[in-house]
Amino acid sequence: MIMKQLISFIRKEFYHILRDKTTMLILLGIPVVQIILFGFALTTEVKNTHVAVLAPTNDEATQRIIDKLNASAYFDVVEQIHNTNEIQPVFRDAKAKLVVVFEDHFAEKIRHNGVAHVQLIADATDPNAATSFSFYATNIIAGYQQELMAETKNPYQITPEVKMLYNPQMIGAFNFVPGVLGMILILICAMMTSIAIVREKEKGTMEILLVSPMKPIYTILSKITPYFVLSCVNFATIMLLSVFVLKVPIAGSFISLVVVSLLYIFVSLALGLLVSTLTNSQQAAMLISGMALMIPVMLLSGMIFPIENMPLPLQWLSNIIPARWYISAVKTIMIKGLGMSAVLKEAGVLLLMSLVLVAASLKKFKVRLE
Amino acid sequence: MEDIKQHNPAKVIIAENLTKKFGKFTAVDNISFEVEKGEIFGFLGANGAGKTTAMRMLCGLSIPTGGKGEVAGYDIETQTELVKKNIGYMSQKFSLYDDLKVWENIELFGGIYGMKDAEIKEKTDKLMQLLNFENERDKLVGSLPLGFKQKLAFSVSIFHSPKVVFLDEPTGGVDPITRRQFWELIYDATSRGITVFVTTHYMDEAEYCDRVSIMVDGKIEALDSPKNLKKQFNAKNMDGVFQQLARKATRKAD
Amino acid sequence: MIKYLLKKEFKQILRNPFLPKMIFVFPFMVLMVFPWAASYEIKNLNLSVIDNDHSTYSHRLTQKIISSNYFRLTDVSPNYDKALKSVEKNESDIILEIPAHFEKDLVNRQGTKVMVSANAVNGMKGGIGMTYLVSIVNDFNMGIVQELMPVAPVGSSVPTVQIDSQYRFNPHLNYRVFMVPALMVMILTLLCGFLPAVSIVFEKELGTMEQINVSPVPKTTFILAKLIPFWIIGIIVISIGFLIAWAVYGLIPAGYFSTIYLFAAIYILTVSGLGLVISNYAQTLQQAMFIVFFFMLVFIMLSGLYTPIDSMPEWAKWIAAFNPLKHFMDVMRSVYLKGSNPLQLTTQLLALIGFAVFFNSWAVLSYRKKS
Repeated sequence: MIMKQLISFIRKEFYHILRDKTTMLILLGIPVVQIILFGFALTTEVKNTHVAVLAPTNDEATQRIIDKLNASAYFDVVEQIHNTNEIQPVFRDAKAKLVVVFEDHFAEKIRHNGVAHVQLIADATDPNAATSFSFYATNIIAGYQQELMAETKNPYQITPEVKMLYNPQMIGAFNFVPGVLGMILILICAMMTSIAIVREKEKGTMEILLVSPMKPIYTILSKITPYFVLSCVNFATIMLLSVFVLKVPIAGSFISLVVVSLLYIFVSLALGLLVSTLTNSQQAAMLISGMALMIPVMLLSGMIFPIENMPLPLQWLSNIIPARWYISAVKTIMIKGLGMSAVLKEAGVLLLMSLVLVAASLKKFKVRLE
Repeated sequence: MEDIKQHNPAKVIIAENLTKKFGKFTAVDNISFEVEKGEIFGFLGANGAGKTTAMRMLCGLSIPTGGKGEVAGYDIETQTELVKKNIGYMSQKFSLYDDLKVWENIELFGGIYGMKDAEIKEKTDKLMQLLNFENERDKLVGSLPLGFKQKLAFSVSIFHSPKVVFLDEPTGGVDPITRRQFWELIYDATSRGITVFVTTHYMDEAEYCDRVSIMVDGKIEALDSPKNLKKQFNAKNMDGVFQQLARKATRKAD
Repeated sequence: MIKYLLKKEFKQILRNPFLPKMIFVFPFMVLMVFPWAASYEIKNLNLSVIDNDHSTYSHRLTQKIISSNYFRLTDVSPNYDKALKSVEKNESDIILEIPAHFEKDLVNRQGTKVMVSANAVNGMKGGIGMTYLVSIVNDFNMGIVQELMPVAPVGSSVPTVQIDSQYRFNPHLNYRVFMVPALMVMILTLLCGFLPAVSIVFEKELGTMEQINVSPVPKTTFILAKLIPFWIIGIIVISIGFLIAWAVYGLIPAGYFSTIYLFAAIYILTVSGLGLVISNYAQTLQQAMFIVFFFMLVFIMLSGLYTPIDSMPEWAKWIAAFNPLKHFMDVMRSVYLKGSNPLQLTTQLLALIGFAVFFNSWAVLSYRKKS
């Protein structure tokens, strides 16, 4: 009897959602768009940076270095300038982000004095990019130097052999996909659920439900179920896109991934529930979910900005954000290829969070009824 | 109240074969009628008969699918903005601003209809006295009880002395005493020369109108004074008239 | 007529329980917290060292790396497998393995190698960490060469290219200097995009819209009355931003405030216009909020706030060109850090004016008093 009632309520909830095609489209579309953007457009890698060169004496050494810079994917030499007055305008007019200044009589100085100077002037408006430019340029010039030394047959060569672990091609997506998962799931589960519940409260139909012979717990269950299903759909979508379009492999156990994701979904649903008990207006529910959930998730979960760089107080704050634990677990499983045993800590934290949140919201819910 | 007043023959509302279709569904089916200045014209019908749709066309809120209409001498399709300058409107759903005070709502709509500040202030004072709202003047409209709100909404709709005022189910959900007070306001308005076009599904209110039209399934099935209609249908009251017409509709649908 | 509508809008905003607080608290919160969290700086890389040589040279190399301040020694392992475990546990980011005979091979003029393995889950972090480590190794190499090479007359010593790095506009590489102006743009966008959008849909849902539609209020007047309050709010918000930037971060624009205000004024119109357009098409509050949210997300992602536009593929750059946020962000950063003036920013100016006109005209045209 109760099952039947429950199912009919769940069906009603589905109708609500399916009939608002616009919102549905957006909910299903956001992950796709994000994956595409993150996968193909967004990267912190330095590429095709415009470089201007100032070489008072154009000789074979400067030319070789310029060619090497051009040949690399990082830089495009776009302009030759002729005196130091032209440097500032190059930056002001955004013609280049890096200016390479060679000493005069460069090749000659190397031959005769054994040393010549190069100045790398970077536009440090974006300090991170600037340091990248400097380092990559430095490395390229160092490569030239190694060539020189090889030509002079240097027996004291220390050759570094490098290996990139887990993500040999340094695909940015590897780092972003877990973040996208974390954000989408909490968006759907927490934000949408809280808005749906509050909407019923606003319209007054919640009272009807509460007056019905169905226990409040079942009302809540019926509200949560469609969003649970929607999150699973999105999870599957993101996985499919990541594996087949972005070529991000699931190196570890898929089952562990699913388990951890389910845990996270529970936490998010519980969060949504809690938020819905806090307010009676849709606008407020959306604002709270937006402010208190989305923004901290984007910022402090490690989704975009690495946690280890943050000042300590923010790192502690990051610990109470469920997304942080989930994203870390996903990275470990998907990309490092490890199994459940490696993410016990994260799983434990998520489990604890979900229990606490569910208890809190049930309590608040009961209080409201009295 | 049953006597037909001597009207000025000027026609304030003219509807000619007005039709509104939504896809395959015809909400308003080829209706034609005229309303004279100073009349209280009742637009009756069951829910879903097409009353509100028809009214919205006359107010310039909805584009007719077919037919023509004229309100206050202006064409409802080609001179909509001129129509709007000369009418007042009170919708079914309360549509004053809950988060503005009583006097602020009045000032807003007075200003929108081109009244000068001095005039607005003067008339507001008068209105507050008339409605006995002096204590409510500074209250947020959202905090008023429903009856007050309805009276206020009506007063705002005629504040700028329009030629016609359209009222859509103005007394819904309100107690009988407040309803009576409301109709006193309506009479007051007509005595000042404002034509009142009112839709309702309260059949007793039909008795208060000069003439009444009854819409069934998008068509006008009857149009006359309440007295004549009761004679025509051999009914004791307007409710009886309506029942007969409504029964016709269900039978047609069979 | 517009003065009455404006009075109404302002009163409603001020009486709203949330809005006024949001307008002040939100910028404050974002600007106080974000800049500290938002940084891609790579520092404190955790290093695991496998020293199979235990020689003077191997110790020196390790010392040099640690004293560079980029790396912290968090693990010393006897073999690669153990070192890898520390990476798995996220205790180390990068492994350096020094082979046995490291010193001996160098002294015997045999040349040698080192193995570097970096955790590339975060590709950029791995790449940069690798680059740092390799450049330190190279530097160490140069030192060794100078030491071991027999002293010779000038001209046959090992050729060296001395590199000197200089950073313009932000010599201390302060990431906050970069983020704060960009964040102000983001805050402005969120507030001035969301709020007008919500405003019209809300009136639609309540029913007060109908009362306005049936009145002689012209479309343009109505839209203007919605725009102007948010325009003013936007200017207030950006001024608060300036205040916080100065008080908390000591940031003052290298250029003129008036330049920023000029562009801000146009930008706010653009974003509000877009919000109003969405509002005209959405049926419910929820729809409006979600559509705006979607646009904001895409705009913010493709604006250069998080990742540089230059690194994007062509098609993404094209989309970014149509992103008003990107243009305004360029302006903010250029004026704050480089001191640019409007003449140097004509592309952005024209783009923003174009967008403002486009969106607002669309808003007026798509606002239907009749249906």
